[in-house]
Amino acid sequence: MKYVDEFRRGDIARGMAAHIRTLVQPGRQYRLMEFCGGHTHAIARYGLTGLLPDNIRLIHGPGCPVCVLPIGRVDSAIELALRPDVILCSYGDTLRVPASNKMSLYQARAKGADVRMVYSTKDALQIARDNPHKQVVFFAIGFETTTPPTALALLQARQEKLANFSVFCNHVLTPPAMRHLLAAGDAVELDGFIGPSHVSTVIGSAPYAAVATEFAKPVVIAGFEPLDVLQSVAMLVEQINAGRTEVETQFSRAVTHEGNQKARERVAQTMTLRDSFEWRGLGQVPHSALAIHPDFAEFDAELRFALPYRHVPDHKACECGAILRGQKQPQDCKVFGIVCTPDNPLGSCMVSSEGACAAHYHYGRFVQGATA
Amino acid sequence: MSKSYTRPLDLKHGLVNLTHGSGGRAMAQLVSELFAAEFANDWLAQGNDQAILPPPGARIAIATDSHVISPLFFPGGDIGSLAVHGTVNDLAMGGATPLYLSAGFILEEGLPLADLARIVRSMAAAARAAGVAIVTGDTKVVERGKGDGVFISTTGVGVVADGVKLSGDQARPGDVILLSGTLGDHGMAVMSQREGLGFASPILSDSAALHTLAADLLAASPGLRLMRDPTRGGLATTLNEIAQQSGVGMRLQESAIPVQASVRAACEFLGLDPLYIANEGKLVAICPAEQAAAALAALQAHPLGQQAAIIGEVVADAHQFVRVATDFGGERLLDWLSGEMLPRIC
Repeated sequence: MKYVDEFRRGDIARGMAAHIRTLVQPGRQYRLMEFCGGHTHAIARYGLTGLLPDNIRLIHGPGCPVCVLPIGRVDSAIELALRPDVILCSYGDTLRVPASNKMSLYQARAKGADVRMVYSTKDALQIARDNPHKQVVFFAIGFETTTPPTALALLQARQEKLANFSVFCNHVLTPPAMRHLLAAGDAVELDGFIGPSHVSTVIGSAPYAAVATEFAKPVVIAGFEPLDVLQSVAMLVEQINAGRTEVETQFSRAVTHEGNQKARERVAQTMTLRDSFEWRGLGQVPHSALAIHPDFAEFDAELRFALPYRHVPDHKACECGAILRGQKQPQDCKVFGIVCTPDNPLGSCMVSSEGACAAHYHYGRFVQGATA
Repeated sequence: MSKSYTRPLDLKHGLVNLTHGSGGRAMAQLVSELFAAEFANDWLAQGNDQAILPPPGARIAIATDSHVISPLFFPGGDIGSLAVHGTVNDLAMGGATPLYLSAGFILEEGLPLADLARIVRSMAAAARAAGVAIVTGDTKVVERGKGDGVFISTTGVGVVADGVKLSGDQARPGDVILLSGTLGDHGMAVMSQREGLGFASPILSDSAALHTLAADLLAASPGLRLMRDPTRGGLATTLNEIAQQSGVGMRLQESAIPVQASVRAACEFLGLDPLYIANEGKLVAICPAEQAAAALAALQAHPLGQQAAIIGEVVADAHQFVRVATDFGGERLLDWLSGEMLPRIC
């Protein structure tokens, strides 16, 4: 596949890994957090950890959209979906996220809820046009990557006066989460960030500058292909060795300094910053999420259905919180792979293939088991 | 007295209605003018509630499969041909020669008779091509909204020659794993149709009857351990099932696994893995290493196996892991499919 295979060449990867081994200073630790689930997936899928020297440690971050979705929000979505007048539309992975009372959107479907998996907000709009007597709610989740399609859906709904369409907005923002991770009292020790890929195509590289400066941590915005990740690691090692704390862009084939201006304008027009939002694993994070803009209040499902928010604590044995903060690894969790598996996930990190636990379960498990 | 006149079925504009399943004249007419006419064989012509078949003279294999696919028509096939191929292949994977099929139809009120006729004709053609007779059947009609157009359940009967013993628990360390062709064609053909993705070059389903391919393979490799058709859950699921049944592990070479470029691109685009996508015209076989070359040659000599390849080997592994050596140079676990195959979000 052109423009894909080139970034997955093993021979080049081994060359890059050898180069990284010459760069690292012995005795020095390089603790790098890959923020995004897309990176976590690539690292696990291609076994990148095994290629790197021992003193480079990759720490999984919270950038997995379904992983950070708090249970209370999923509960609200399920409550909405179970209303006989509602069709709830969402992206694929969301359907499996475990919520309260052993429920999930899949379970809700089995109980008669009309839940549709869509590939695009355009599909949700079409469902609204096709079902004028139903309330069609788009369960919007994801980081900045998925905000522009939601914004366009809101603009389109207004233009068409699609009165039966609304958005249950749960979009979250990357830079505030990075800041929160670094500022927390029990913060994990980090030496740099492998920065978001697709998110940065929208917001650009500029918003990370404050984080890099304030906390003195280098950030390298990296693509999701394995060679992208390795090159970014090399760039981070060079920054750390030189004592630099800059924002650099490895993923320069798609990311600019200012990002996608048009997309950002549409988002600013239709959505507004929340004072605070709960993240699974991180708790309340100030200014870290978007709500529907008051100008578009008529399409805000939270207002239309008067959805109350309830905080629901995680399962007691689940370590998703510590894993999302980078403090623990999946295999440190007592229930990993035993009670909590991709078929019966206890925690959200086991749901999406971008989740640290699911990635380790699917791709890394045999490394532990291979000794038998 | 002359036979009372009934208008023939309106196969152009008519719709299935509840009378077509009520046991009255309308149902008799549907059976005689469509099913019996298209499936055309002596057993159906007798019009009895059962088909009485000659003694088979060998061990009997029986398999059943229900088909609930949406959309009913997809590039490269339809639910009718699929209902024949699915059951024929289940028989063939046991080394059986398929002979007879039964067909149960559950029709939804409102289904255009033109669609039904197209499906039945496709089914008849697939059965003729596979050399099997559809000897008995049943039709029910459910109210609108209680079905998905048409569901078809087929049961197949075949015979297995003496000495043939294929089973999922017979894979042994050192055995070789063969695959008869490209992965993911059926699943992606259906998905592109269902999601209205409209790829520039349409992906065609591989839906096909595999019994002659299976017979050629068995003749070339008398020590063949087993065959499976990797349908739902794809190659990954099939190999994990075999690994568990046989208590072994497997090691595959990613570069050896054939996948069409268009299927790879579609999977990449949707965040799916072709190794988990359904196939309806491919088989996986495991044979002793010393017969692998002959087995591969037999597969490649058949029109349905031209792209056949040796994709890996069976190894001893207490964890029964299926591992893939990636083109990238690492190794990954090819795990059971969890839940449904869902695209990633970010």
